[in-house]
Amino acid sequence: MSQTTLSKAITNGLRASMEDDAKVLVMGEDVGKLGGVFRVTDGLQKDFGEDRVIDTPLAESGILGTAVGLAMRGYRPVCEIQFDGFVYPAYDQIVSQVAKIHFRSKGKVPMPIVVRIPFGGGFGGVEHHSESPEAQFAHTPGLKVVACSNPVDAYFMIQQAIRADDPVIFLEPKARYWEKAEIDVDATPAPLFSSRVVREGTDATVLAYGPTMKTALQSAATAEQDGVSVEVIDLRTLSPLDMRPVYESVRKTGRAVVVHEAHTNLGIGAEVAARITENCFYSLEAPVLRVGGFDTPYPASRIEEEYLPDLDRILDAVDRTRSY
Amino acid sequence: MSNDLPAPEVGAEKLGAVFGPASADDQHDLVQLLTPEGERVEHNEFAFDGDDETIKGFYRDLVLTRRIDVEATSLQRQGELGIWAQLLGQEAAQIGSGRALEPQDMAFPTYREHGVAWCRGVDPLALLGLFRGVDHGNWNPADKNFALYTIVIGAQALHATGYGMGQLRDGVVGTGDPGRDEATIAYFGDGATSQGDVNEAFIWASVAQAPVVFFCQNNQWAISEPIERQTRIPLYQRALGFGFPGVRVDGNDVLACHAVTKAALQRAREGSGPTFVEAYTYRMGAHTTTDDPTRYRLSTDLEHWKLKDPIERVRAYLTRHAGADESFFADVEGEADEVAKRLRTGCRALPEPQILDIFDQVYAEQTDELAAERDAYAAYLSTFSDDHNTAEVVS
Ligand SMILES: Cc1ncc(C[n+]2csc(CCOP(=O)(O)OP(=O)(O)O)c2C)c(N)n1
Repeated sequence: MSQTTLSKAITNGLRASMEDDAKVLVMGEDVGKLGGVFRVTDGLQKDFGEDRVIDTPLAESGILGTAVGLAMRGYRPVCEIQFDGFVYPAYDQIVSQVAKIHFRSKGKVPMPIVVRIPFGGGFGGVEHHSESPEAQFAHTPGLKVVACSNPVDAYFMIQQAIRADDPVIFLEPKARYWEKAEIDVDATPAPLFSSRVVREGTDATVLAYGPTMKTALQSAATAEQDGVSVEVIDLRTLSPLDMRPVYESVRKTGRAVVVHEAHTNLGIGAEVAARITENCFYSLEAPVLRVGGFDTPYPASRIEEEYLPDLDRILDAVDRTRSY
Repeated sequence: MSNDLPAPEVGAEKLGAVFGPASADDQHDLVQLLTPEGERVEHNEFAFDGDDETIKGFYRDLVLTRRIDVEATSLQRQGELGIWAQLLGQEAAQIGSGRALEPQDMAFPTYREHGVAWCRGVDPLALLGLFRGVDHGNWNPADKNFALYTIVIGAQALHATGYGMGQLRDGVVGTGDPGRDEATIAYFGDGATSQGDVNEAFIWASVAQAPVVFFCQNNQWAISEPIERQTRIPLYQRALGFGFPGVRVDGNDVLACHAVTKAALQRAREGSGPTFVEAYTYRMGAHTTTDDPTRYRLSTDLEHWKLKDPIERVRAYLTRHAGADESFFADVEGEADEVAKRLRTGCRALPEPQILDIFDQVYAEQTDELAAERDAYAAYLSTFSDDHNTAEVVS
């Protein structure tokens, strides 16, 4: 089996979905001939034609607004937002329309739309290109929000998201687009809305998703050299959250650290920490700690490495939970 | 291959006869005052009001702007900039319009208006910070009346409109005193005309009769998407639907761009409301240094547009009709070398940002919460004892 990058895994997943279901459409800015600015849709227009891989006008509200109409007509639009920071012109359509139409229609009108957003920083971008808007969407009832962190998940999760009858915000860690892994396409994937223990340990639980998963795993490997055993969980789904494996883990380790690039204040980590406290209070040896982006706008890229949660900050948090 | 939207099929002809054509012939609407061969031509509405000295000044601006662009592109190739948005081919649109502005006018750029920045007197070095990743734009918009670069496509069209509404309220429009009257110009690309913000700006400006010139550089590409993906009618014709005039000018003709923009600004200053200027040009470089135009663009198009180069035609005019000699061109070249040298050394010397500063730049009035986050991070940094100047960090 050959190694596939995370971005290619999504391309292959999109291709498989389009082959399976003629109602699946890919739409967005530059997704056709160029194959998207990250080349995730590379080759799809050549194979499926301009009717199914649509270069849209440069208008995000338009991309999502027309996706709503196409979904009502029985299509399954997969919308690409070029970069995280450009989803906001579409924010109104996503939050006020996409998220609410099923509810508003008392279940009569499903919205099987996938919004693909390359998110996160760490690649030297200019402003508006490195943001982590997941909490804004996870806070909106009616939307589901998932984040892949590796090629295997990316391949299966994109197909599962497209098959889902609810709107799914599909977050792609752009700094990890070039990570490689072998993909067994015949394997049975984990359910889309499930989190997963990816490394077992006994001393503390580190929770992460998307781009910070790699860093979390590296920190666990480093901790091991110091004799500290860290369990790592890939949350994978942010709305709904799948907390069962988390509770199980925290009951075992008694300590939890949540890691994400997004601003710490009112981020996913705050919700996760609250739920752990509510459900595992008597197992906790220390308060649940968060390691996140600071509560400032994303800085100029020369200092982004310091802004982003890194190995040291995660290990520091693990040490702090262990010092209680 | 057709990038055209599908034509209406059912009864199109018949309905066309009733409703009239959906788009007008746009072949004859281009305002041009200097041909690609360097010959001056007359236009029945617009005239260039400068002399040969002014044109020499334009030539200098064009050459220096191109050099700034070329130099920044190579700085990107050398790893000194993360990315650069090139303007190759768009120099005349920017210099022509930029030189039509009065100091008291306000300009709202995208991320590509390096030539306009030059005209406003913004230090070219200041433009590099955003692309080097040391800041998000490090000039004060109020200093030279040049707003910060805007990355989110189209957003600045509304900012410009609001600014223009402020000018109206402040009574600096239609005073009859050319030294006092103000106008605002908003720059954006052809792709931006699809954004809601731009269309809303048109409505706002029109209804408010705001003194705004919407200056669209139609370089015919929005990254990989040709203009046909954004519109079916010539862009300038859209203006009428919003209730103000639109004009298409040869965007590679610095004299025409100057004349048309100046007239539009004049209209705005005297209180007659907005104008839409479509500078018809071509993006000869890539969209940015990360783009690969060979995937979507024909090289024959590029060759075609090279013949319309905005600088060559001015050079031809100056040589043939304004007595510019080799020493004039050599002087400009020498000056360009100087600017390039300054950019090269200056770029590497741009101060690195400091992480602890970002906490102080979020609010005008610092919050206790954020101050605590800053202190906690400073304390954390100080635990790396072997690291640089920890003492300074905790203080
Ligand atoms: C709201 C938004 N969506 C997407 C982008 C990504 N993007 C950057 S430049 C660009 C194309 C812009 O084309 P155009 O408006 O024609 O201006 P040009 O760059 O050609 O001058 C796109 C899609 C963005 N910056 N902002």
